[in-house]
Amino acid sequence: MKVRILVRLKPGVLDPQGRAVHHSLDGLGFEGVNDVRIGRMIEMDVAEGTSDETLTKMCEQLLANMVIEDYAIERLDDQREPA
Amino acid sequence: MGFKAGVITFPGSNCDRDMAVALESVTGTPALRIWHGDAELPEGLDFIALPGGFSYGDYLRSGAMAARSPILKAVVKAAERGVPVLGVCNGFQVLTESGLLPGALMRNAGQTFVCRTAELEVANTSSIYTSGFVQGQVLRIPVAHHDGNYFADEATLDRLEGEGRVAFRYKDNVNGSRRDIAGVLSANGRVLGMMPHPERAIEPAAHPSLGGEDGRALFENVVKSLVAA
Repeated sequence: MKVRILVRLKPGVLDPQGRAVHHSLDGLGFEGVNDVRIGRMIEMDVAEGTSDETLTKMCEQLLANMVIEDYAIERLDDQREPA
Repeated sequence: MGFKAGVITFPGSNCDRDMAVALESVTGTPALRIWHGDAELPEGLDFIALPGGFSYGDYLRSGAMAARSPILKAVVKAAERGVPVLGVCNGFQVLTESGLLPGALMRNAGQTFVCRTAELEVANTSSIYTSGFVQGQVLRIPVAHHDGNYFADEATLDRLEGEGRVAFRYKDNVNGSRRDIAGVLSANGRVLGMMPHPERAIEPAAHPSLGGEDGRALFENVVKSLVAA
C-alpha cells in the first residue's frame, strides 16, 4: 500500500528557505507570488491494512517534529481512477 | 577514583575527539568513548557529552536519527536519574529531538552556515555549568553550524525565561534564534544544550582571534560542582 506523508512547517513558524525561494522567484520576474513555504514529502510502501493509528505514530515519533511541523497522511491507493 | 565522563559518537559526529580531549584536560581522567549502537552506558558515569557534527548525515532533520538510536534511550534514562548531559551543536539538536530539552533548531535565518567566534552573555549562574560565571558576563566561544536557529512557541519561551533556564544568549544573534537564545537548560538544570562549542575554547592560541579559555571555564564549573556535591 502506497502512502504519502506531507510534512509542513506550522503556520507562524518562519521559513527562511521559503523566503529565499520567494525572493528568487521575484528576481526571475514572476509576479503575483504572495508566499512560499517549503515542506517535505515522504512516500512509503507499507503493509496492506496498516492502520491510521500506526501511520500517525510514525509521523509523531519520527517523520515530523511536532514542535515546528504539521503532517498530513494520504493513502494513495484509496484514490479511485476516474471512470 | 577519577571523574568518569563519557562521550557518545554517532556516525557523522566530528567533534567527539575534541570533546574527549577537553574533558580529559579538565578532569585529568580520559573520557570513555561510547558508540551509538551500544544499548547501555558504562556503569557509574558522572557526565555524558553529546558532541557536534552531522550525525547520520543530518538525514530527515539534524539530530533526528541520533535521537532515536539505541544509546539515546539509555542517555534519556540516565538524564532522568540526574546524570548531567551536555549537548553541543549537533548534540543540542539531538537533545531537542529526543525531548530532553524543549524547542527545535531550525535552519539559520540567514540561510548560510555560520562559522566564527560568538560573544555569549551568561544568563544563568545557578546551574552546574554556569555556577562560576557572573550574570551578564561575556564569553567568547566559537560557533559553526547551519541549523542553530532556536525556536520554541512564545509560551515555552516565557516559561524557560521565567524558570531561569536560558543559559546563554548571543550578544549579536548569529542565526535568528528566538530571544537570542544560545543555550538552554532542563528543568533540573542538569541537561544543557548549546550551539557554541566550549570544547573549542580550552586553551589560548597564537592568534588572538582563535582559542581562548572561556570554554574550559564551563567544564571546570561542572567538575567543581559535581566534586563538591
